[in-house]
This record gives sequence, structure tokens and C-alpha cells, in this order.
Amino acid sequence: MEYEEMFSRVEGVFRDIFDDEQLAITRETVADDLEDWDSLNHINLVTALESEFAIRFALGELQGLKNVGDMLDLTQQKTSA
Amino acid sequence: MEDLDKILAHPLDTASILRTRKKLTRLLNEQAAGFPVKRIAILGGSTTDEFQNLLELFLLHAGFRATFYTSAFGLYFEEAAFENPALAAFKPELIYLHTTVKNLNRQAGIDAESQRWEQIWSGLKAYACPIVQNNFDFPGERPLGNLDGILPEGQTHFVRAMNQRFAEHAQGLPELVIQDIHYLSSRIGLDRWIDRKLWYAYKYAVSYEGMVHLGFHLAGIIRGIFGQSKKGLVLDLDNTCWGGVIGEDGLDGIHLGEDDALGEAHRDLQAYAKALSERGIALAVASKNDEANAREGFTHPDTVLTQEDFAAFLANWDPKHENILAISQQLNLSPDAFVFLDDNAMERDLVSTQLPMVDVPDAGDDIATYIDHLDRNGYFEVSSLSEEDTQRGAYYQANQARSELAEAFTDLDTYLASLDMVAEIDHWQDVYLDRITQLTNKTNQFNLTTQRFNREEIAAIAIDTDALTLYGRLKDTFGDNGLVSVVAGRIVRDELHVFLWLMSCRVLKRGMEFAMRDALIEQAQARGLKKIIGEYRESAKNQRVENLYADLGFHHLDKGDDGATWVYDLEGEHATLNQNIKVVPYGI
Repeated sequence: MEYEEMFSRVEGVFRDIFDDEQLAITRETVADDLEDWDSLNHINLVTALESEFAIRFALGELQGLKNVGDMLDLTQQKTSA
Repeated sequence: MEDLDKILAHPLDTASILRTRKKLTRLLNEQAAGFPVKRIAILGGSTTDEFQNLLELFLLHAGFRATFYTSAFGLYFEEAAFENPALAAFKPELIYLHTTVKNLNRQAGIDAESQRWEQIWSGLKAYACPIVQNNFDFPGERPLGNLDGILPEGQTHFVRAMNQRFAEHAQGLPELVIQDIHYLSSRIGLDRWIDRKLWYAYKYAVSYEGMVHLGFHLAGIIRGIFGQSKKGLVLDLDNTCWGGVIGEDGLDGIHLGEDDALGEAHRDLQAYAKALSERGIALAVASKNDEANAREGFTHPDTVLTQEDFAAFLANWDPKHENILAISQQLNLSPDAFVFLDDNAMERDLVSTQLPMVDVPDAGDDIATYIDHLDRNGYFEVSSLSEEDTQRGAYYQANQARSELAEAFTDLDTYLASLDMVAEIDHWQDVYLDRITQLTNKTNQFNLTTQRFNREEIAAIAIDTDALTLYGRLKDTFGDNGLVSVVAGRIVRDELHVFLWLMSCRVLKRGMEFAMRDALIEQAQARGLKKIIGEYRESAKNQRVENLYADLGFHHLDKGDDGATWVYDLEGEHATLNQNIKVVPYGI
């Protein structure tokens, strides 16, 4: 999958979860940047990414997903495997 | 909102609901201004945050705005069994105990563990509101393997035994409603119900997918508890009640019965509808057919339903939404009490556009899925079944006989006199409290104040010495209409302030309201009261009784924006208004 396509699908997940059509993310976006990105919405994001890309994150991987870049990289790794 | 109706119904697209939950909630909230607000306490044995969000969503779709009280994490037992000022201050209208197999203590043994849960329910009695309690899902693992469900020391064996105890205990506690998550989790499948990762990371005992189903299921139960479940099912005939088109294929040509796969599926749908009618759901036909052809279908040798099973039968060439309105008038049920099942997408679309309050399952055109569309959507959830419910079919049949008789009379009074009506009118009796509660919560049209009371509140009013209560039950030559009217007032000095006056629409135009009025005046005089103050509070559905008090001989006292107050002076002579009903007390 092209990186641009994946990025735009990840951004789509963020926009849906936070109900904000205008939301723009970057690789560096972290929880502190988005008011609603608390620990409960974090698991909602992760679950929605799993559905979107038909992948599963392992329990041990959840802690490592600190910013959007981490999510993109791990998603890419799992979808290309 | 049609899209939302499709999204938030069976079959649930759980991934999409979870992803767009916030937007769906916002869209529903935009038109929820007039919805009743319900205070719901969630006492959880595990994390409940996302579950609460989903419940909020499904309740909005069911027509309720919820405000929530949430227990501290995992403290369902402590918050329920012991004094809890925060919960008391919240004044819950419903308490939900979200517990799962994770909260079950097998080591305690079946008796001690049962007692622990009974302690919870008895602690919650203080809040005098309905309690919804989850029973137990199966565990995700079985250390004893297959024997886990067989030997007494197995966990799955224990779960079955506890669920049996819960069901038995709930029979004796009208305020306790068991939510059968044992069945729900089985239906979804344990592998999808349990998400161990979510448990370890967030202490969610149920998967996200499971939580969507759980919220949807609970919203149906809550709708039933608050008296808003569906009361009627309108069925199409061709390719719904049988396969094929009877007007073209003839009685011999339609598919019905075990001879072929399609016929068997249609027969099973009929059997499901029959089972619904036996628990009190009114069945009706809305079919584009010549009436003779339509009726002939139910003479098929393999038919399960017969013409007598239908409370209304409209087979003609009028648009179906008009026929559904006609059915609604015939049965005295408001249009929002109906579910409409049709294999034809255009008919479904027409009805849901013209009558958005009617529930129209998006049933597709595969007969093999139709039962699921009726069964999974929770349309007909009720918290208990009363004797009234199981006898309702007989009532509808008797009513058809009454209509036929009425046509033979030109004068209403002569007709009413011919019915030999006998009303049992008396103070609220213990045996009737379930039915009084049910009627109080679901009557919308002939209801002066639309005040709702739960079972505990009704029981308290019944023994309140400062209250005057009456119920009325009506029989006639065609059968028993059951308990159909409820009146209650509070005695304030020498006045009776009536806060509840309602009657089932099944006995409209029979003069029952006059019999109730006469009895109320008699009782109020016997208590030495001077005045009866009656109140009409306008709702979306009760315009029918706007001037009832005038018809009952009351005088207008005051008019406000959303209602009026009426007074009846008890001093002096009183004409009785009841002409055709013989009145007897309880127990005769």
C-alpha cells in the first residue's frame, strides 16, 4: 500500500473517532495535541485502525503507540507482512 | 434519519458504529429536544465508559435522552449493598448492574454466592426503581476441558447454575429484570464476545463488538420498561406470509409448508408471528390483493396463521401507509406502536417515508432472514408478561364480534345495552398492581396527565391513606376486556387532587369513563371531601381527552399553556352518568 493512501485512511479514522471532518494530523501529532485524545479514545482509535486495515495490534504494542507516526509505522509493518 | 434507522438496527455493523459513534450521537441529539430525560445509574463490575457511550446512542435512537451516574470502577457491590448518598442524590429512574462472569465467585459456593447477589438487589430496593441485572456469560477458558460444563466444580457448570438461580429469583421480584447476556454472548459467539487484550489493557470484560450488541439489547429492554415497546406487527402477504403471489399462482401454487425449502421458511415466519400474537402482540395484514384472494391464502392446508389470528385485515389496492393508519385506528393503537414487515423494498420505503414513527426492518428479500429482523431488533421487549398480554388475542377476536354486532344497531345506547356490560370497580388490589403499572406506563391517548409510575411507586400509592385509588375492569357478552381504567388522587385537606386518570383505548365509546367518574364521586363523598380537582396536561398524543372533564360534569377552573384545571363540587345533588354498565366490587 502506498504511504499516502495509508496516511489518508488513518486520518479518516481520526476524523471519524473525533467527529471532526477538518481534523488534520501529522506524524508528530500526539495525544496532548487533541483535546479528546484521552486513554479511552486511544483504545477507540486503535480498535478502529484494526478494523480499517484488518490487522491486530498485540497487547505489548499498545504502549508503544505514542504518536501518529508510531501508528503509521506499525500499521504499515503489519499490512505489508 | 432513515440512514440512522438502518445503521442502528439488525444486522448491526459494529465496526462502523464504533468508528462513527460520536457523529451518530451528535446527529440524534440534534433532534432530541423533546425526548424524555431518564436518569440511569450504571454499577459496573468492570470498565463501563465506552459501553455507556453506546447505550446513550441507542437510547437516543429509542427516543430517550439519558443522564448517567457511574459507579467507581468495579465497585458495583459496595455501591449497591451499602448506603450510598451519591446514588441517592442522583435519584435513579433505572439501575443497571453491568456484571459478567469476571465478577462471579465460584469458591463461595452456589448458596453463598446467590445470597451475595440477593444482598445487592435488596440494597437497591431503597431507590424504588427498576433494576436491570446481567446474568453470566460463559468464561473464555475451561481448565477442565469438556468436563468443565459437566462436573459440579467446573466454572461453566457453575455459571449455568447461577443463571438458573437468577431467573428463579427474578420471578418473585417485579422490579428486577434479568438481562440475558448468557444468550446474547452465545448468539454473537464467545470468541467475538471476549477480547482479552481489552481486559488486560483497560479492564473491559466484553469486547467492543460485544458492547455494541449489549447496548442495543439493553436499550430495547429499557424501552420496554418505560412502556414504549411495539404492540403490533403488520404483515405483507405475498412473498412474506407465503412464497409466490396468490392472485397469480393460486392456492395450489404458493409456497407454504414442508414440501419445499421456501415454503418451510415462510411457514416458520408464520409460526413466529403466531407466537408473538400468543404473547399479546396484535397481528394485522396490509396487502395489495383482492380481499378474497388474500383470505384464501390462510385456508392453505399448511398455514399456521388463520384469519382469526389477525386483529385487522386490510387487503386492497390503497397505498400501504394509508392502510397502516386505518389499522392503527381500528385497533386504537398509535402508529408508532407498529412494526411493518414486507419483502418489497419500495413498499418499505414508502411506509418509512410517510410514517417515520413506524418501525420498518430493512428485511431485504431473503425469507431466510426475516425472523431475525423481527427477533433481533428488540421491538417487542417487555419486562414481564401479564395475564392481560396472553389473553389479548381473545380480546381482539371478541372486538371483531362487537364491531359486527354494532353494525346491526343504529343507536349507540341500544347497542351498549345489548352488551350486558359488568364493571368491577374498586380500590387498587395487590393482584392488579402489575397490570396497573403496565397500563400506567403505556397508555398515551386516553391519559389525562401522562404521569408514569414504576411498580414500587404504584404499590406505595395503593397503601397510602392520603390517596384515593380506583381501577376498573370491564366484561361483556363477548368476553373480558381485563383491567382497563386507572384513577388516583391525593387528598389535600377537603379536596381530592386527581393526578392519574387513564383508560385503555380498547374500551373507548363504551361509557366506562362515566362508571369510573360515578365511582370516584361516590368514594370522595364517602371520605367527606368537598371538591375534586382534575387536571388535563397536554401531551403529543392525548388531545382526545382535552375536554373529558367537561363531559364528566366538571367546571373549568384555570387554563395554562400546556393544560387546564377542572373542579367538581361534591356538595349537593349528583346525577350519575353511567347508564349501561352494572358495577360490582372486587371479589364478586
